[in-house]
Amino acid sequence: MNTLYERLSPVVRNLPPSGIRRFFDLASQMQDVISLGVGEPDFVTPWHVREACMYSLEQGYTTYTPNRGLPELCVEIAKYLTKFGLTYDPSHEVLVTVGGSEAIDLALRALVCPGDEVLIPVPTYVSYKPCALLAGADVVELPTYAEDGFRLTADALERAITPRSKVLVLCFPNNPTGAVMDKEDLQAIAEVVQRHDLFVVSDEIYAELTYGSQHVSIAAIPGMRERTVVVSGMSKAYAMTGWRIGYAAGPEPIISAMLKIHQYTIMCAPHMAQRAALEALRNGDDERDRMVESYDRRRKLIVAGLNEIGLPCHEPRGAFYAFPDIRPTGLTSEQFAERLLLEQGVAVVPGNVFGDPGEGFVRCSYATSVELIEEALRRIRTFVEHLSYHPVR
Amino acid sequence: MNDALRLKVCNLLHENAKLSPETIARMLGERPDVIEKTIEELEQEKVILRYSAVVNWEKLPVNQVTAVIAVKVLPQREVGFDAIARKIYRFDEVKSVSLMSGGYDLQVTVVGRDLREVSRFVSEKLATLENVTSTATHFLLKTYKSDGVIYDDTDGERRLMITP
Repeated sequence: MNTLYERLSPVVRNLPPSGIRRFFDLASQMQDVISLGVGEPDFVTPWHVREACMYSLEQGYTTYTPNRGLPELCVEIAKYLTKFGLTYDPSHEVLVTVGGSEAIDLALRALVCPGDEVLIPVPTYVSYKPCALLAGADVVELPTYAEDGFRLTADALERAITPRSKVLVLCFPNNPTGAVMDKEDLQAIAEVVQRHDLFVVSDEIYAELTYGSQHVSIAAIPGMRERTVVVSGMSKAYAMTGWRIGYAAGPEPIISAMLKIHQYTIMCAPHMAQRAALEALRNGDDERDRMVESYDRRRKLIVAGLNEIGLPCHEPRGAFYAFPDIRPTGLTSEQFAERLLLEQGVAVVPGNVFGDPGEGFVRCSYATSVELIEEALRRIRTFVEHLSYHPVR
Repeated sequence: MNDALRLKVCNLLHENAKLSPETIARMLGERPDVIEKTIEELEQEKVILRYSAVVNWEKLPVNQVTAVIAVKVLPQREVGFDAIARKIYRFDEVKSVSLMSGGYDLQVTVVGRDLREVSRFVSEKLATLENVTSTATHFLLKTYKSDGVIYDDTDGERRLMITP
């Protein structure tokens, strides 16, 4: 152990390494890999949005913007959020951030003190836990299960609460499970949250990507607005991952606290990307809806295919991930993913990297072409059939 | 007759005619036999006329020129433009015929082996037809995008192989 390493901040040293990293290195060395491991849209940002950015550069919009973000962008964001029954004052209750990721970091840093407990339903996106730990909090993971469609139950939440509980982080529609919380589910959660006087950081980045039902924000449940920070952004809905434009909306005191951190650490989100986001919010709905329809078709294709292969797959009602149960193969998630990659050249993400209850599952992104999904399904079938002739146990 | 389903099936096949009925069925959450029957009907009713590939001919060693010809005609009593259009589209060299609003009446696309062959067709066959009053021939130099397909699309896979 070298001394330089030992002198690093213990908080950072003790952060678990990303479970995806090793897998990424392995896959990157291989040829002819079909990747179902990508957590972003397969569309390029719509041309009119890219064009608006180029125009803004021609016009010389290369300066800082106000810390909060372009006022007109804050207005568009507030206007957009009304579709979920949320009303925010764009000049005090909205903040434009560098991706939804920054908003999550800011919200947790603004809300928690060392020793507070942050409650995180798992399996879930990998950033919440490290952000909470970096903010000095202790993390309490709340397992969710396939039998409940990977939804958080009020009962599971209630049982995990201690006097130190401070913030509940929600990510629905969920990465990696595709789970969606309906209004009744959220009402039950809201009742517990209010009774124990918790805050909620609700990452709703996949809000537009729901199939067969309209997204419900927990902030729209009565009594929740004053204790919820809604986090979202342009990445998934408008195929704008690389632009890094996200936002937070919430009660003024929390957003002002987040703004304070943001102004010292980030200053402002990139100006040209904010101009592009403005164009996407004003004129991007048709293209967005076409992309969602396209995901829906591929979703049905992959879910039907996985079930036929004998990897039971609950219906993912949101995001662009299928989360099949691979336990019938007798392999662990890591074994399944590694062998599938090495033997058939298909990359999926082992479910355990998203939290312990993800063990026994793998995440398959269907944000890829129909042809590649079908070829991947053929290869997975070959892999699974081969396994059944050569059982591991 | 399920119009919404028919439209969805046509959209999918228009984008990719190679999709099998089974794949389409899965994508739309329908039974394969329903999709097969729908496609059969669409073919019988000539809603779907043909399945073909979009080919970038420039990448093949073929000599051919394409001309887009603006044709002015005198419409005829009772049959309007249809009779003359019919006469034009029966020539094998003619690949498309459309009735237009604006400065001319029919837009005719003609493909030939070389410039001379196309000019001969225009001067000898097309311009001499009864009721054709004028033609303006535009030779096509390069196709960038046709029927929604960008020909030299460079939008390859740029994403990292695995991301959280």
